[in-house]
Amino acid sequence: MNLHGTPLSIIIFSAFVAMVLFLSYYFARRTQSAAGYFAAGGQIHWAVNGISFAGDYLSAASFLGICGMIATLGYDGFLYSIGYLAGWIVALFVVAEPMKRMGKFTFTDALDAKFNSKGIKLAAAISTLVVSICYLIPQMNGAGSLVVPLLGLPHWVGVLIVGVIVITIVATAGMTSTTYVQFLKGGLLLIFSTILVGSLLFRGISTETPGLKGDDGEPIHYVPTEATAATLQAQDYQLVHAEGEFVKYTLDGAASWWVKDGDTLWKCQWQGGGLVNGQTDGLLMPVGRVKEIGGQTEADTGPLNPISFLAKLTHPDTKIEQWHKAKVGDEAGTKITVYYPKTVSGTDQMKPGVKFKVKTGWEKTNFISLMLALFFGTAALPHILIRYYTVPSPACARKSTIVAIAAIGFFYILTLFMGLGAGISGTINPADNNMSAPLLALSFGGVLFAIISAIAFATVLGTVAGLIVAASGAVAHDLMDRFGGMELSEKKKVRAGKIAAFGVGIVAIILGIVFKGVNVSFLVGWAFAVAASANLPAILMLLFWPKTTAAGITSSIFVGIVAALGIILTGPAMFAGPYGKTAADALHPLGQPGIISIPLSFLTLIVVSLATQKKKA
Amino acid sequence: MHHGPATENAPDPASRYKSRLGVWMFLFYCLVYAGFVLTNVLTEGQAMQTIVVAGLNLAVVYGMSLIILALILALIYNALCTAKEKELSAKPISGEDAS
Repeated sequence: MNLHGTPLSIIIFSAFVAMVLFLSYYFARRTQSAAGYFAAGGQIHWAVNGISFAGDYLSAASFLGICGMIATLGYDGFLYSIGYLAGWIVALFVVAEPMKRMGKFTFTDALDAKFNSKGIKLAAAISTLVVSICYLIPQMNGAGSLVVPLLGLPHWVGVLIVGVIVITIVATAGMTSTTYVQFLKGGLLLIFSTILVGSLLFRGISTETPGLKGDDGEPIHYVPTEATAATLQAQDYQLVHAEGEFVKYTLDGAASWWVKDGDTLWKCQWQGGGLVNGQTDGLLMPVGRVKEIGGQTEADTGPLNPISFLAKLTHPDTKIEQWHKAKVGDEAGTKITVYYPKTVSGTDQMKPGVKFKVKTGWEKTNFISLMLALFFGTAALPHILIRYYTVPSPACARKSTIVAIAAIGFFYILTLFMGLGAGISGTINPADNNMSAPLLALSFGGVLFAIISAIAFATVLGTVAGLIVAASGAVAHDLMDRFGGMELSEKKKVRAGKIAAFGVGIVAIILGIVFKGVNVSFLVGWAFAVAASANLPAILMLLFWPKTTAAGITSSIFVGIVAALGIILTGPAMFAGPYGKTAADALHPLGQPGIISIPLSFLTLIVVSLATQKKKA
Repeated sequence: MHHGPATENAPDPASRYKSRLGVWMFLFYCLVYAGFVLTNVLTEGQAMQTIVVAGLNLAVVYGMSLIILALILALIYNALCTAKEKELSAKPISGEDAS
């Protein structure tokens, strides 16, 4: 897609970044102590902290990833919304107040409060680093996706910009500025997402796709040509190659890829071998439309209320064109990415089953595993847990969690509308669905797009800043000061934290570029699985099982990390993605590790704790 | 330097009550959440497409309900905890009413 920044989008974006940097500078003057740097002095109001929780949590994964997944896959993306929100129940009912009572700066403090064990310090700090980096990858990736249409810059430049700004923020002011950036961004995200959904409902659903507008003001979106093998032959198309459901034809030397749907062929978009849609300077066009509304091929509902909007899309005679991608080889063996349409009924669009099928045993296992990781992951995320130390009391920790649940729950309901809306408005970039929600905003005009994109960028900034504070706390406070016994002074600890922030930021920039194009919510699902496996068993058992020992906690954290990462790295998604092979080459078919790694971590803690009980005198 | 809490708090006589209440409410939500997951798995997704109210299917209604239920339970939990804290403590917990 050839989207480029307008002066307006550049001005609004620059204003946001300037505001964030100003906040950072302003609070830097107030941050002298370690408590100020790592925990905002414990003096943030619970309501501000609650919205900041929402700011931390509603990361690129929620706004970009979930909306993108719903836009392309329908209801399956909403499973993430349900699971992410449900996780806050664990945080509120079980973790919030005890964590606040026990800890000082980091989650490691709370785990180690009872034992003062070097093993726990090391394990928890490593876990914090691993989870933070897993979580950083999709955020940086999302930032790269955003700057392409917003500023007209390449993906890697976006990743680099976020990295540099965030390192500046964190290295200057720490948790106080991060909190206020998150508060501002969380509040604005809620307000403008509501405006976007309101605009969508007012426009209603139409078989005449709104789409985006080109520089000449004409709508641009891709409507696939329909044909059969016979009609193509009659037009002198030459069949060149077929692989699975995809066929390649040429006409006067120009290649085109088609997907079979029974006897019908639909013209796909594609890229590969240095060409896009057959041309060296070709462009992918935005996609996604509703073909029939309740059986009518030409219809425009006009304004709808939220329930009737969902009901119209759920109707069994509503037909929606979803867009998927596949990698195929052409006649010369060159790998081609084909973006192809698939028409589904409203019934199929609005229930789980496109990505997360539950027919076979493995599919069922994967689905349960994902829902388990989402549920138990939230309360084990280090950058969420450290926010409990920014408020004055356990009661304030509880109240800020409730504000967070209200704000986040409301936002997740909006994701269903934004995702579905993008899917029927011709606003999906087929190569990168992460931009679906901002592009939906673009279909309502450049101002809303610029504001929404700037907020989304600030979303990434804030979340990355929080993650880097958590990671730098793990290095400076947990590893150097407490595990290493370096007994750093306040000033030296803050400096060590800032140096650590710089290092983690560099790692995040590199990984963000490597994982370009992968749905960010899918990546975050893994971070949740690692967090739920490594940290949650330790937190829960420490709180509720008196026989828990330091050795039990240490071993369960290590087993959780190794099991979760091991299953991910040897699983189908890594083989089909970064390894450049196919899902069938994977060592096992399990895409989501939680169902094995979480119980294994619990079991390890129980067995090791029982084996290391101190004998009563 | 010490590694205790970031801010010192008064002893909380309601903590045992809040902890037990939290666990029960957590288990209740777990059951409802597990119901959602198992309904999808055991019926291979078929039950989720059943229209239940106002043209909306079970997947949408159950999913939305899980989100709204979380907020309702959170508000109930906070009301019960606050009431117990007030009952057991003559003076408000430090920072609780800061605004």
